Amino acid sequence: MSATPMRKPGSQSRYERNPATSEKPWVKYTILGLGLGYFALFILMPLIAVFYEALRRGWGPYFSAIVHPDAMAAIKLTLTVAAISVPLNLVFGVAAAWLIAKFEFRGKQLLLTMIDLPFSVSPVIVGLMYVLLFGANGWFGVWLAEHGFRIIFALPGILLATIFVTFPFVARELIPLMQAQGKDEEEAAVVLGASGWQVFWHVTLPNIKWALLYGVILSNARAMGEFGAVSVVSGKIRGATNTLPLQVEILYNEYNFAAAFAVASLLALLALVTLVIKTWVEHRAHGRDVVVSPERPLPPAATVQPALEKVA
Amino acid sequence: MSLSSFKFLPFALSAALLLGGCGGEGGSTRTLLNVSYDPTRELYQEFNEAFVKHWEAETGERVQVTQSHGGSGSQARSVIDGLQADVVTLALAYDIDAIAERTSKIPADWESKLPDNSSPYTSTIVFLVRKGNPLNIQDWDDLAKPGVGVITPNPKSSGGARWNYLAAWGYAIKQPGATEASARDFVQALYKNVLVLDSGARGSTTTFVQRGIGDVLISWENEAFLALNELGPDQLEIVVPSVSILAEPPVAVVEANAEAKGQADLARAYLEYLYSAEGQSIAAKNYYRPRHPELAGAEDVARFPQLELFTIREVFGSWGEAQRTHFDDGGVFDQIYGL
Repeated sequence: MSATPMRKPGSQSRYERNPATSEKPWVKYTILGLGLGYFALFILMPLIAVFYEALRRGWGPYFSAIVHPDAMAAIKLTLTVAAISVPLNLVFGVAAAWLIAKFEFRGKQLLLTMIDLPFSVSPVIVGLMYVLLFGANGWFGVWLAEHGFRIIFALPGILLATIFVTFPFVARELIPLMQAQGKDEEEAAVVLGASGWQVFWHVTLPNIKWALLYGVILSNARAMGEFGAVSVVSGKIRGATNTLPLQVEILYNEYNFAAAFAVASLLALLALVTLVIKTWVEHRAHGRDVVVSPERPLPPAATVQPALEKVA
Repeated sequence: MSLSSFKFLPFALSAALLLGGCGGEGGSTRTLLNVSYDPTRELYQEFNEAFVKHWEAETGERVQVTQSHGGSGSQARSVIDGLQADVVTLALAYDIDAIAERTSKIPADWESKLPDNSSPYTSTIVFLVRKGNPLNIQDWDDLAKPGVGVITPNPKSSGGARWNYLAAWGYAIKQPGATEASARDFVQALYKNVLVLDSGARGSTTTFVQRGIGDVLISWENEAFLALNELGPDQLEIVVPSVSILAEPPVAVVEANAEAKGQADLARAYLEYLYSAEGQSIAAKNYYRPRHPELAGAEDVARFPQLELFTIREVFGSWGEAQRTHFDDGGVFDQIYGL
């Protein structure tokens, strides 16, 4: 996946053939083995355990656990929350990244720090913050109650908490890329008479779309999986304000282990699907850009790629 | 992926905002929210179904009851912070007092609104041990012996744990020649044996049963029965001490919330139904001791062993006093557990 010329598979470069610049086999295999072992122990085994436990009593109990009304309500709520919070983060993430990468202004450093804030604040504290703001005894609690708005212990509260914890993903993904790309192409477009929107749609967006998609995928995964912040503002009303992760905890606490793992496996599946989409997108992005713009020495995907590999 | 998919953004956004705006609205059926504590899940699952049927038969109206479960203290906190509970069914009176005090959504004299101090069912504190009782644990003093691994939740955060603590204290103070000092020494020795101090009763049960830690779990009687049932009578057995506390989990209508939703009548009827023959049988079936055993199934009632029970009023005066002396910051629990 790099821009270097293709080599025949199996052929070795001069560096690889030279004993002075290549590793001894045992070093290579030890390191490889360590990496694989670590991966198997910490990622693969727990993942297999989830599916194993979920299916231990067969497919019947598995499906009945998933079509249970409370579980269906949790799935619906989780998807709703993701469907609202991810687009919002997409818009605000692009806006923030655009602002930071392409313009100079006072307080830029402050804005950058604020974008990172959700990464450093514990999710439980995030939930508590919203309770302190919008709870019955919070700053806006009385006003909200008088006007019949419900934020905490309802969908809006869960949304706020989710948006807060997923906010940095899109912006953080875009900022380094946009800064690296600079603003030459945009300036050229403006000189040639493009309007602001035209510059955005035809120059900026095509350059960042793969990084943007990657940020969206990460943001979506976190939105569906968030537990701490949501658990504080949820109120845990069965069939109403429980998201999938909360539902897993509830079922586990009810000695309903098979159902808990069934719902957990659903979350794991969502994550796996996300990964597959991501891989597919990367693959397509690369192949297509090479074909569509053969005259360009460096397709956009090649410039996006290092940024992706760094975070992957 | 083409650029045109990004053009849907404005639509997606406005749809999202619309959805968010009407998030709090409910349907046309009246929906009652019962905010409860951890071990009542199975009880209310069954009771809610029975009540919905009963209400429909009585009035022709189809209603819905939703549940929320968590640690008793944190559930009370949520109601104080605005969770729209119509009724609360918590582990101890102190938590309902807290709601009454801080929000006035519940009248201060809530305890007298329903019979039996507003506790339609009771429970007590017993021990759960490994099969065969290898350490021969029979009574409270066996828990304070060196080398016994005890599991109980943290009284600072868990309602059930406070009942556990007060039961141990009550046992100690009832011994011949006992003084405050001797009771304190006993409870201190007991808590020295605690291996894991979970934040809630369900957590402690899982620690003891699933993770296999400890020799004895101090537990609600209903929780012990349930664990035995769910996780295998071939691994565990219940030990009943000579004396224990009469735990009275109270219920109350959150008047202000229920009235605002126009369903104060429904909320009241819901709690009153707990005292009916059906309510009492469902309680007994789920291992809560019914206030009126004559209304419940005879074989269910026969499962409850006879033992000497004391109330919190007899030994500690009131929940408020017990809370202040033992569990507030710097109270007796902090003093003995800090050491």
